[in-house]
Amino acid sequence: MRSPDSELPIAFEDVSMSAGGVTILDHVSLTIEAGAPTAIIGPNGSGKTTLLRAAMGLIAPTQGRITYGGRTDVAPIKRALVFQRPVMLRRSVAGNLRYALRAASVPRAQHDARIADLLTLVGLATMADRPARRLSGGEQQRLALARALARDPAVLLLDEPTASLDPAASKNIEDLIRAVGARGIKVVMTTHDLGAARRLAGDVVLIHRGRVVERAATDAFFHSPQTGEAKTFIAGDLLI
Amino acid sequence: METPLSALDLVLTGDPALFAIVRLSLLVSLSAVAIAALIGIPLGALIALTRFHGREAVIVLLNALMGLPPVVAGLVIFLLLSRSGPLGALGWLFTPQAMIIAQVLLVTPIIAALTRQTIEDLWIEYRDELTAMNIGPLGRVLTLIRDARFSLVTILLAGFGRAAAEVGAIIIVGGNIDGFTRTMTTAIALETSKGDLPLAIGLGGILIAIVVIVNALAWAVRRTGEAIAG
Repeated sequence: MRSPDSELPIAFEDVSMSAGGVTILDHVSLTIEAGAPTAIIGPNGSGKTTLLRAAMGLIAPTQGRITYGGRTDVAPIKRALVFQRPVMLRRSVAGNLRYALRAASVPRAQHDARIADLLTLVGLATMADRPARRLSGGEQQRLALARALARDPAVLLLDEPTASLDPAASKNIEDLIRAVGARGIKVVMTTHDLGAARRLAGDVVLIHRGRVVERAATDAFFHSPQTGEAKTFIAGDLLI
Repeated sequence: METPLSALDLVLTGDPALFAIVRLSLLVSLSAVAIAALIGIPLGALIALTRFHGREAVIVLLNALMGLPPVVAGLVIFLLLSRSGPLGALGWLFTPQAMIIAQVLLVTPIIAALTRQTIEDLWIEYRDELTAMNIGPLGRVLTLIRDARFSLVTILLAGFGRAAAEVGAIIIVGGNIDGFTRTMTTAIALETSKGDLPLAIGLGGILIAIVVIVNALAWAVRRTGEAIAG
């Protein structure tokens, strides 16, 4: 038996999602287990972000269900999501973290120490008092990551964490994702950067037109893809 | 050029009649803005964050009421407070209370409409993050009001500008009674028509100074807000 508060595995059971007559997810069945990061890859508009939002619990499936550790009634307390374009609250860098800590009901006495730890982890310790909205894109992404970690999640969902960042900032984020994974936090990230998936992920899920096309361990996926879509995508050809 | 000089003299010597007028003006307008804020900010936030039947109509009405002519507001309050009106028993007609109520009627739509717009814009920006952080309805409202606080202060100052500058409402319900309900704007209207230009010019100068100071404050608040919150 799993412990009752376990979030994992996250299981999509025949999940479909449609909005305005458009099918975004099409009978997705997928089990996300504990372990190394899971990369969800696929072309733009394939349903990656919707899958992530559904896993977070922000949107309910039109059909099917999502279970966490075998249960459906799990409040998203131990899950955290970093959006592709994270929104900085109109507060200082430290203020953004303090807000997340308060939202996660962390006792006030622990706030200062936790904020210092988190800022050190993401390399923003010298910027605690800066207005968060004045940070660069890469710094905002790191602060968003720290803010998500402030919730002390068991599962961290990242939507295109390195999209629109330059190589140095991307490497920074990738190092952080590794550090987070090493702490035993399950990372699920969408990306259309195959290099990032290859470097970071333990397993890869390829989504195309709202369907899971292929699911495999990272090595197997890149060395011996089974489906035509995966071969096309890995070869860098346009998967339309 | 005796007139401007005697006006300056009235101001510099601290003419007691003049300062009683300034004091009452500030008292009425500041009270009206405080009461309008207590009604308008929660009302604006409520409309921003809820969806109900007829919401669009309420927003249009609120925006239209921002331009409510002061004399009409004065007339409405006059009818309510006149001896035969529904609130006539209070005996408030031609008192500062009546002037405050009339200005609350003018300022509340401004504060509510601008708050609605500000909070709604911020909510669109914050919605995903606050939802992902599992923030409940009350927490959302408090977060949005807090993070919009610099904009809200600017809105209050806009409301104060409206109240301090208007004459139509308070002259109808206050009656411009010397030493009791005479304010800067009603005094300027009266003294100009009487031909006592020094007092009118002195009051006009003070009124403009107050409006400039209020706008400088609004500017400073906005700059401070940008420095603190980005």
